[in-house]
Amino acid sequence: MLSRTADHLYWMSRYIERAESLARLVDAHYRMSLLPHSGDTLTESLKSTMTALHMADAYAEKHAEIEPRAVFEFVSLDRDHSGSIFSCLRAARENARAVRGSLTSELWVTLNSTWLDARAFTAHGEAHADIGQFVEWVKERSHLTRGVTIGTMLRDEAFHFTRIGAFLERADSTARILTAHQNDLQPGADAIAVPDPYQWSVLLRALSAFEVYRRVYRDVITPFKVAQLLILRDDMPRSLLRCCKEVYQNLRAVSNQQSAETLRRAGEMHATLHFSRMEELTALGVPLFLEQFLARLRDLGDRVASDFLVPPAEA
Amino acid sequence: MYLASGEARSHYRRYAHWLTSQAAERLAQKRAEADVLFHRVGITFAVYGQEEGSERLIPFDIVPRVLPLDEWIRLEAGLKQRVRALNAFIHDIYHDQQILKAGVIPSEQVLCNSQYRPEMQGVDVPGGIYAHIAGIDIVRDDAGEFRVLEDNLRVPSGVSYMLENRKMMMRLFPELFSEHRIAPVDHYPDVLLDNLRSVAPTGVADPTVVLLTAGAHNSAYFEHAFLAQQMGIELVEGQDLFVRDEAVFMRTTQGPQHVDVIYRRIDDDFLDPLVFRPDSMLGVPGLLTAYRAGRITIANAIGTGIADDKSIYPYVPDMIRFYLGQAPIIANVHTWQLRRKEDQDYVLAHLPDLVVKEVHGAGGYGMLIGPSATKEQIEIFRALILATPERYIAQPTLALSTCPTFAESGLAPRHIDLRPFVLSGRDVSIVPGGLTRVALREGSLVVNSSQGGGTKDTWVLET
Repeated sequence: MLSRTADHLYWMSRYIERAESLARLVDAHYRMSLLPHSGDTLTESLKSTMTALHMADAYAEKHAEIEPRAVFEFVSLDRDHSGSIFSCLRAARENARAVRGSLTSELWVTLNSTWLDARAFTAHGEAHADIGQFVEWVKERSHLTRGVTIGTMLRDEAFHFTRIGAFLERADSTARILTAHQNDLQPGADAIAVPDPYQWSVLLRALSAFEVYRRVYRDVITPFKVAQLLILRDDMPRSLLRCCKEVYQNLRAVSNQQSAETLRRAGEMHATLHFSRMEELTALGVPLFLEQFLARLRDLGDRVASDFLVPPAEA
Repeated sequence: MYLASGEARSHYRRYAHWLTSQAAERLAQKRAEADVLFHRVGITFAVYGQEEGSERLIPFDIVPRVLPLDEWIRLEAGLKQRVRALNAFIHDIYHDQQILKAGVIPSEQVLCNSQYRPEMQGVDVPGGIYAHIAGIDIVRDDAGEFRVLEDNLRVPSGVSYMLENRKMMMRLFPELFSEHRIAPVDHYPDVLLDNLRSVAPTGVADPTVVLLTAGAHNSAYFEHAFLAQQMGIELVEGQDLFVRDEAVFMRTTQGPQHVDVIYRRIDDDFLDPLVFRPDSMLGVPGLLTAYRAGRITIANAIGTGIADDKSIYPYVPDMIRFYLGQAPIIANVHTWQLRRKEDQDYVLAHLPDLVVKEVHGAGGYGMLIGPSATKEQIEIFRALILATPERYIAQPTLALSTCPTFAESGLAPRHIDLRPFVLSGRDVSIVPGGLTRVALREGSLVVNSSQGGGTKDTWVLET
């Protein structure tokens, strides 16, 4: 398959995944904003989340202070900021359009319709009026896109590159969400105490993990258990371990003559998580671990690009 | 569709009967449905000169254009004959130039033409085929006879609309397809691919064919992506290809892969920055070297513009006689060549009645339509013609045939033409019908999509 085609597929899929991650965050905070007395906690959570997403500076250029409504609209609908949900949906569609011949027609129509509807939705002001409904819809469209991808695409290179993009993005998102709450995860922090149940339940809900947590632990929500669930559980679809496993398996399926080192690093990341125990992570310090993880993820993304996607300057 | 008496022509009778039985609301609803579907599927084109990323639908009219079988058989024979002669002409021009030596066409008309590519002189192409895909624009004259208005031998477009219009009609009105025996068109991509594979460089057993596009911002991008997908071939941009040791490769995730045939949808000028426009970012440096070495087939070949130039068009009937020894089955539209003194005198005296076209123009740009032009526009063209007469031709304003079409006010007659796509490779073949374009503005004769034209499904009835 053409390197350029693989590149577009990879980014198409990353952008849809990113739109969904952002929608989940907005959705969770939006629900929190509907609760009484949520003010300070909400602001704190939004502040650290915006920092972890690297969106704080762009936001500060437009707004003096963190105000929930303004944050929701900025993250969801801002047409100028390339990181907003709206921009992600546009970028996903532009990438898809560049390789529409390599997509199944169902997948193309799904992505194109999502973009057309998002544009109509935002143009009429409906999205501003009901941000909760908008992000709910974005999640649904992402679920649909994923379903159509899995349900219609041939299991060839095109499929594997869309999966690599999606899982790298998802790992990145989960790690960032945890980073936003790293103060409760410092070494020596009380492993039993529940610092702020609101913040941690928001986090779990943002990752569709609230009910899962209850089922797995049947216990009150503690930061270290949440971290364990989201980092080390193989059966948790948004956990770092699960994402690394998918990245490794899909990379193995497309390996070429120059990708051995990239595959080794992906395998190493997966194996490290697979054989780690929460006690060791806690001893090292979860924030430090997350920082290192995000750096290795970036490295992996760069290596995938140079091995497969970006055409070499002189072939 | 209708005779002067108001009665439906025989091949339209069944459709006309169906149409009168349809409620206006149902038809309106079907038209709205078609618009939504075209948007969803992204069957759009970019409009030059508008803000970047603006995409529009080509208006689709739900009333089909119907051709009876006997008319089609004659048309098909005429088109095949014409394209055979055109290919023979291009081969001759880039080899022995017998037609020039015989004095059938003045040498300077060909050799001083900007569409003549000296780089192609003496280059052999597989099967001697240059115009693998030809779009021949057909109109009817006052007597109802078909005539060729224009040959398109460079990168003719529109075939995707022919295919999508048919799909849309079958989706909207399945009952019509059980009531009529309509010749199918959806095998076009198979025939095209088979032809492209058949013209691969000699000795290549299993050729790799690619479609070269200018990219997602090109006005015909939808068609490029559509055809590549239908044929199951890679849709490449110039940056995806490179030339090494006179061979062409594409950059893939598994390393360089050899390419044998390029179905290119960019103009000659942009193909190879080392030979043609040095500022072209769309092409492949070194492509012409590989081409001249016979290592790659380019379809359509480089230099076909010499045969579809409007200054050469008047000679096509002569080509048919010269190369095939046959009488032309389809005539040209009468054409005045303004470089000739007597033609020029006549045209200048009759500008308000004529259509004047620039010889190298395309897409409906740079033309004067006398009957609908203002006095100022006519005077501008008079000055242009007097300054450089060789750059213009003139034709009578044909009473282009009309077909009922949905307009603001309901069904109304609108002018139409027909572009059948003639494929050459293993053999010369045509998928029945073609793209019917319709001028949506009342009285307008311009059917180009860039000028407010729409399209219709085209039916060739098998009985």
